[in-house]
Amino acid sequence: MMEEVKETASVLSVHDDSIKVTEVLKEGDTLTFIIVSQKLSGTGEYHVDRTYEDFEWLQQHLFSQGDVPGIQGVIFPPLPAKPQVNASPRSIKQLGFLALGECQPYCKALETFLQQVAAHSILSKNKAVEVFLTSSDPPGRQKVKKNIFNRLSQAVEEMRKEGHKDVDEFFQNERDHNLILTGCTKTAAEKFLDVVATEQKIAVACGHFSTALHLCVEPGEDPDKQAFSRVCVKLSEVFESIKKNMTSVAENNVNTLGLGLDLESRYQEAEREMLFRRTCKLVELENAQRNVEKAKPVKKAAMEEVKKAAETEFEHTSGVAKQEIARFQGARVEMLQQALVGWCEKQLLTAKESADQFNQHLEVFRGMA
Amino acid sequence: MATSSERSPPPFPDSEDQDVLDAEEVRGRDSDEDEDLFGMTEMDTTPTSDVSMKPPSDIMNDPLIEPMIKADVTVEATIDRSEVTAGVIDPLSQQEAKQTSTAPVIDLSGDSQPVTSKIADPLVALFSDAPPAAEAKKPSSANVDLFDDEEGSDIFAEPLQTKPAKQPQKSLFGEPDEDVFGEPLGAISKKPVPKDKPADIFSQAAASTPSVTSTVNPKTNGVHSEEDGDIFAEATVELSLDSPRNERKKEATAKPSAPAPTSLPAAASLAKPQPPALEEVRDGMNAYMAYKVSTQTTLPMFRNKTFTVRRRFSDFLGLYEKLSEKHGPNGFIVPPPPEKSLLGMTKVKVGKEDSSSTDFVERRRGALERYLQRVVNHPSLLQDPDVREFLEREELPRAVSTQALSGAGFLKMINKATDAVSKMTIKMNESDVWFEEKLQEVESADQQFRKLHALVESLVVHRKELSLNTASFAKSAAMLGSAEDNTALSRALSQLAEVEDKMEQLHQEQAASDTFTFAEMIADYIRLLVGFFPHRKCEFCDLQGSFDHRMKAWQRWQDAQSMLQKKRETEAKLLWANKPDKLQLAKEEIAEWEAKVTQYERDFERVSATVRKEVIRFEREKTKNCKRQVITYLECLLQSQQQLIKYWEAFLPEAKAIA
Repeated sequence: MMEEVKETASVLSVHDDSIKVTEVLKEGDTLTFIIVSQKLSGTGEYHVDRTYEDFEWLQQHLFSQGDVPGIQGVIFPPLPAKPQVNASPRSIKQLGFLALGECQPYCKALETFLQQVAAHSILSKNKAVEVFLTSSDPPGRQKVKKNIFNRLSQAVEEMRKEGHKDVDEFFQNERDHNLILTGCTKTAAEKFLDVVATEQKIAVACGHFSTALHLCVEPGEDPDKQAFSRVCVKLSEVFESIKKNMTSVAENNVNTLGLGLDLESRYQEAEREMLFRRTCKLVELENAQRNVEKAKPVKKAAMEEVKKAAETEFEHTSGVAKQEIARFQGARVEMLQQALVGWCEKQLLTAKESADQFNQHLEVFRGMA
Repeated sequence: MATSSERSPPPFPDSEDQDVLDAEEVRGRDSDEDEDLFGMTEMDTTPTSDVSMKPPSDIMNDPLIEPMIKADVTVEATIDRSEVTAGVIDPLSQQEAKQTSTAPVIDLSGDSQPVTSKIADPLVALFSDAPPAAEAKKPSSANVDLFDDEEGSDIFAEPLQTKPAKQPQKSLFGEPDEDVFGEPLGAISKKPVPKDKPADIFSQAAASTPSVTSTVNPKTNGVHSEEDGDIFAEATVELSLDSPRNERKKEATAKPSAPAPTSLPAAASLAKPQPPALEEVRDGMNAYMAYKVSTQTTLPMFRNKTFTVRRRFSDFLGLYEKLSEKHGPNGFIVPPPPEKSLLGMTKVKVGKEDSSSTDFVERRRGALERYLQRVVNHPSLLQDPDVREFLEREELPRAVSTQALSGAGFLKMINKATDAVSKMTIKMNESDVWFEEKLQEVESADQQFRKLHALVESLVVHRKELSLNTASFAKSAAMLGSAEDNTALSRALSQLAEVEDKMEQLHQEQAASDTFTFAEMIADYIRLLVGFFPHRKCEFCDLQGSFDHRMKAWQRWQDAQSMLQKKRETEAKLLWANKPDKLQLAKEEIAEWEAKVTQYERDFERVSATVRKEVIRFEREKTKNCKRQVITYLECLLQSQQQLIKYWEAFLPEAKAIA
């Protein structure tokens, strides 16, 4: 799908897959991300610095492209939640995997977001994307107004439409399925996060134990004591290795499957929002149809027009949505596969390295007099 | 243990290596050494007499133990080759263990101050025993067996090396140390008759040991194996022939085939062999847990070679009470049993299915087993009739009821409290720097072990949490898999769930390994050092207890001295007052008190020597035990990594197959 994008996306002057978020700068409470991308025209790179507000600005622009038919049917690449410098437990929970470590997972998520946007056949045509990626001036520093696409706008009453019966079986199935998958993915991601958190705790505990073992070292010439001290020191090294092992297992988990599950879960959310928007359109259309039926002759023509407009919009939306869903299904399987394969390979590597190390320790102990 | 290096003759190693290789690739050099011994032993075997003569054996008094161990190891190895079946292996390992245990017994005999100083040996023996036990426990997996073997061998090798260091110490200590060493050596020197089968190997090994005996001190314990009874029996017999001192040696080897393979430090083991190690006896309100104590031994002091008795927890405590009463004053470190836990036991009684209660029971079982092994491995304690009775007698008098015990504990507490007071008021002018330092070391070691224990416990908690979290992730992965439309992805996710399930097992095992290798080991040390009771400085202090006993002896001596002084003054007064009739009486009194002073002084010196010996034994054992445990632990770690690698390797193609 990326190739397809490149053909049509003459608007964009960078390679979508070359976009990287390379660095984070902390200034007070704001985080600034350095984004590097390669120019399509031969050599050269764009370096721009963007804050989270700039990302929001970009997303708002993508949401509010009224002139593009069927824009409502697009599954917008999900932007991760706002990072906090001094994160409260709640925002950490909201961020999930992205709150772990030193921003790398978060940068990775932003990077994925930009790449997805740039690779998207419809979204990449938006001027805002080009501006965001190439302009040296930060575009989005003015206050953004929240529009109807904002997640928060899903008011409670609107939620009722979620249950609205669909006219199209395909969409009905997709909605049902999406609902289940969203739940499952979210749970899986949370559970996996728990696993990672515990692994980190174990790593810390091993570190403590390793340090404490050094306290058992007894001074003195006594060969017995020296022997015991040697055992303690070696054991401390062993636990240091265990700690390293656990740390890298946890890191692998975060960087592969963790990010994968997180992205998957956010994408499922995005799909759900798209489906919801389409459902809203459907409800709108049905209302218009009812209005036409009920309308008095005088207003009939006007109503008819409204209905027609709703109908076209709905059709456009549905058409785009169908494409998007097909694209999304392919993309997510590929993404998850990559995550799983990468995960497996990394864990395998770590396990082998650790096995080697443990084996060495074992040899040392066996050789110890 | 340095001796070991000496022992291992170059030629043998090759054979051993081969064996090892066969058995396991993983094996380290240690195993090789063992094998070497083996090889030697085998060669020796044919000519049994030759074996005894062989020099290698002498080297080893320690080595003897090692050889025994080695022999054991070998046996296992052999078994592996010939028969993969774990069952066979187990018996052998047990036998081995027994043999090892014997060595300590020998120590008791003590006569052999002999040449070799091998304090280390007893320890070695202990270690060696443990590995076998482990093997026995995990017969099912061939891999495990191999590992065990390796460990055992390692351990052995180590002890040998250590010996040299110890020797110097011996000289310092003089007799006591030597005794210990000598004895163990003797023990080692069992002579099994060589046979065709693995058993033969064993016997060979044993034979080699005996040769040692001839050179140095001959003490042997008989090791016996139940299954290979013939071979063993022969071996035992031979032993007795070789070393006169053997008689003393007893081997109480029990195999701990308890359900949970806890690593047992001590060779001799009381274990609960069969799966139903534990029995719950419900008798109205008086429900209690009965522990099956199985012993295998070739020691003549026991009527049978194998026997099993049923004991309840209070019996174990009672044994400790008796032993510490008898031996404590002499400066012996009487191994303390695990502490009573009303909470734990109540839980067990109330809810049987609770995982924490099974955990509790298993921990206690392991602790009791290690406790008994420590007792049995202690050369002096093994000789105690109460120990024998405990191991052998069908019904123990229930005099030591729990209440009685707590009463006794209370009395003891008061006693100790007064002791503590006297410690403060009568400051013993410690002439011996060594004791002063040791006492401080013991106190700081106590602190450190407590800290370590807390850390390990928290590690275990995290491990358990990880295992729980992994399980719930596995579940949610399975759910996700079933919700997934894409067949390949769905399949991969289900596979993932399975992998995670297996990993959960691994994490659980790891948690158990953390618990039983480190947490319990450290808890044992703390118990040994001070005891867990609230009045920890006063009650059940083992090391400290023996220091106290020494101080008491010192006090008695000092008191006698001042009394003598008084008597002399009286005599001088009488002399001056010229009262010949009373003078005679005074003279008699002086003579009496002089004798007492000499005796008390001797007592004090004896106690001091014993305490010293015991402390050194304890420290040496601690290091060895620690090392052995670490090796077990590492092997377990390594194994679980290898298991992980297998899981990942199996999963990778699944992940790649997603299209």
